[in-house]
Amino acid sequence: MPVRLAEEWFAICGGCEVTILDIGEPLLDVLEKVTIVHMPVLMDHKLYGQTGEGTEMEIPEAEVGMISGGIRSEEHRKLAQEMRKKCKTLIALGSCACYGGIPALANLYTTEEILNKVFRESVTTETNGLPNVDIPALTDRVYAVSEVVKVDVSLPGCPTTPEMVAGALTALLEGKPFPLPSKSVCDDCPTIREKKAASTLKRRLEPPEFTPGQPLNQMRCLMEQGFLCLGPATRTGCGGSDGTPRCIRAYMPCEGCFGPLSEKANPMVDMMGALSTIGLDPKQISDRAATFNRFAGAGRLRPIPRR
Amino acid sequence: MGKKIVIQPVTRIEGHAKVTIHLDDAGNVDTARVNVIELRGFEKFCMGRPVEDLPRITPRICGVCPWSHHLASAKATDAVFGVEPPPAGKKLRELCNSVAYMEEHILHFYFLAGADFLLGPAADYSVRNVMGVLQAAPEVARRVVRVRHMCAKMLEILAGKPIHPQAAVPGGFSKPLMPAERDQLRKMADEALELAKFSIAFAKENVFPKYLDVVKSLGVITTGFLGTVSDTGALNLYDGKLRLMAPDGKFEDFAYDKYTDFISEHIESWSYLKFPYAKNWGSFSMDPEKPGGIYRTNTLARINVCDHINTPLAQKELEEFRQKFGRPAQLTLLYHWARLIELLYNAENAIRLLDDPQITSTETRVKVTPRAARGVGCVEAPRGTLLHDYTTDANGMVTNVNLIVGTTHNNAPINMSVTQAAKSLIHDGKYDQGILNTVEMSIRAYDPCFSCATHRLDGKLGVRLDILDAEGRLLESLTN
Repeated sequence: MPVRLAEEWFAICGGCEVTILDIGEPLLDVLEKVTIVHMPVLMDHKLYGQTGEGTEMEIPEAEVGMISGGIRSEEHRKLAQEMRKKCKTLIALGSCACYGGIPALANLYTTEEILNKVFRESVTTETNGLPNVDIPALTDRVYAVSEVVKVDVSLPGCPTTPEMVAGALTALLEGKPFPLPSKSVCDDCPTIREKKAASTLKRRLEPPEFTPGQPLNQMRCLMEQGFLCLGPATRTGCGGSDGTPRCIRAYMPCEGCFGPLSEKANPMVDMMGALSTIGLDPKQISDRAATFNRFAGAGRLRPIPRR
Repeated sequence: MGKKIVIQPVTRIEGHAKVTIHLDDAGNVDTARVNVIELRGFEKFCMGRPVEDLPRITPRICGVCPWSHHLASAKATDAVFGVEPPPAGKKLRELCNSVAYMEEHILHFYFLAGADFLLGPAADYSVRNVMGVLQAAPEVARRVVRVRHMCAKMLEILAGKPIHPQAAVPGGFSKPLMPAERDQLRKMADEALELAKFSIAFAKENVFPKYLDVVKSLGVITTGFLGTVSDTGALNLYDGKLRLMAPDGKFEDFAYDKYTDFISEHIESWSYLKFPYAKNWGSFSMDPEKPGGIYRTNTLARINVCDHINTPLAQKELEEFRQKFGRPAQLTLLYHWARLIELLYNAENAIRLLDDPQITSTETRVKVTPRAARGVGCVEAPRGTLLHDYTTDANGMVTNVNLIVGTTHNNAPINMSVTQAAKSLIHDGKYDQGILNTVEMSIRAYDPCFSCATHRLDGKLGVRLDILDAEGRLLESLTN
């Protein structure tokens, strides 16, 4: 009997859904064991019935449910509750669902500030007032899915990886747990670390030192070269089957997209420690809150007091 | 009072949407309007960040076209810092753009829209999807899944990370391409080209002739077009000048950093999604009889505005297309045909770039220095002209941001096509799920990305529908 799967997306970009497709041909084998009962991006099941006569939003029952995106409106909250009610196991797919993700940078501002920017202070926009008819009820901030309903499995990453999605689905089909790695990105990073910075902190306005074509284990750690890297405060796993962290492959430092080392971790504290240990001064970073919590703003970022 | 029909969510598109149609007492469509009512706020929360972080933050506007935002953003930062990337830096960016286009056009044609054509608009919803395609045409489906995935792998080789990439940086590209990697990519590009050739031949034989009546009638409107062309008027998706073409085919060209002289954004009290329009064509109007300032973007627009295409196979297809449908072609479903011509162009263009000896140069990036400046970056995203406009202070911190994305340009045309489709399909109160799906097909043709369009606050396309009587009075407002 195929396993029924339901998927919903809230404050999203769609990247995690594309990641599911990036499983590639093995996905076709997974699909044979799964019946998708609700997934707006791929199939036409409607929330109010196929010809729109329903009065309540309804998602069919499913063994496995997946939610991508954080919660920003009351409708997201209702749909999250409906998903929880109808799905035996609920997966938070990607860092937006797990921690708020990039859209939770909006938690640095009030909704009013955002509306003023978009409708009153934009160069091309005719300023004939704010749209003001039937604005949907937004939540006061972006919430992670787990702040609203119980989540059984969290798959972080912006986006998450095909390996992680395939691994979690396979584990669920076999009735096994799917624990996340607890180590940091640095633990999987092949670069050379000497535990001492070779430069003061500098912005990414120039290339790091490396020899093109040489393996990454010949390159000095980017943070020790002076480029801020979120690796020490970020959960590993982004490298998939290859293992090498994704951004490092492009000679770019980690930006923290897999989220904090644990649910309770404070990336600000972890990063301050990591920087000081190798002799770098965190005070040189002018945009610390948004930098250290870039993907973890749900519950960790709040409006900045205006000076 | 008549009856209302709610299609929610619009499916097999990127992002969320809802269509509500209102019928009068006789059961005919009175007025249907698609409204966007939510926002995400990227323009706000990009302010205050170091400008070199924007090419990393803004791809999150859209996970389907992250490369478009990544590259428009990198180009805007080049302009802010006043630098020109080295030739290899530019070519690597353009190569990534072409590979990303292939991946997205394959995704849309086969995974999202294809089921309507391969299984029929009225097939049951449980099979009218990619899983149904897999059952109906397993060989084709497997090949398509493999090649789309291969394009993602190509981006991984080029940039380390295919979705939400990091490699385009102010002043160039962070990762040089090694000759061995180039050779590997070249073989993959050949396979992609074969699929592109197969796709357009397959569609011309099996899809378009079968649905010619639908193509000629569904969602048809008459508008102008906007797209990017090279200095010589050739199709260009990474760089060039903007060309704004009136419905009669006359056009004017302008540098993309002058966009504010040509485009204005209209606000309706009933939508958070703005309505860009050509401000020199008179005032904004979505009246199908007398549209004002309305132009379209995305594949059909680009195929209409270009004089020619610089790659031989795509040029041949362009000539055939023009002979059949004229210039500019207006039929909405021709977006699909134009998409397949672009798929072919991008496969050929990727091969052209991979064969360029400069592509493996290790000089891919120049150093940049912060300054107070404004910079505009523009690329053609799969869904239309994408503009990123940044202003920085002396430290290179962002003080202002304006974004106009592909789907937003198409906001008014999509509304007009949906209204046209609903009015032509629903009569005397008779409709079924096949008819409603056909209404949705007029939206799908535009391959809209409502996550992009609603970058302003939360990525969720909420839609509100106003029902007006014949005099334009508001009878009812529907929201999700």
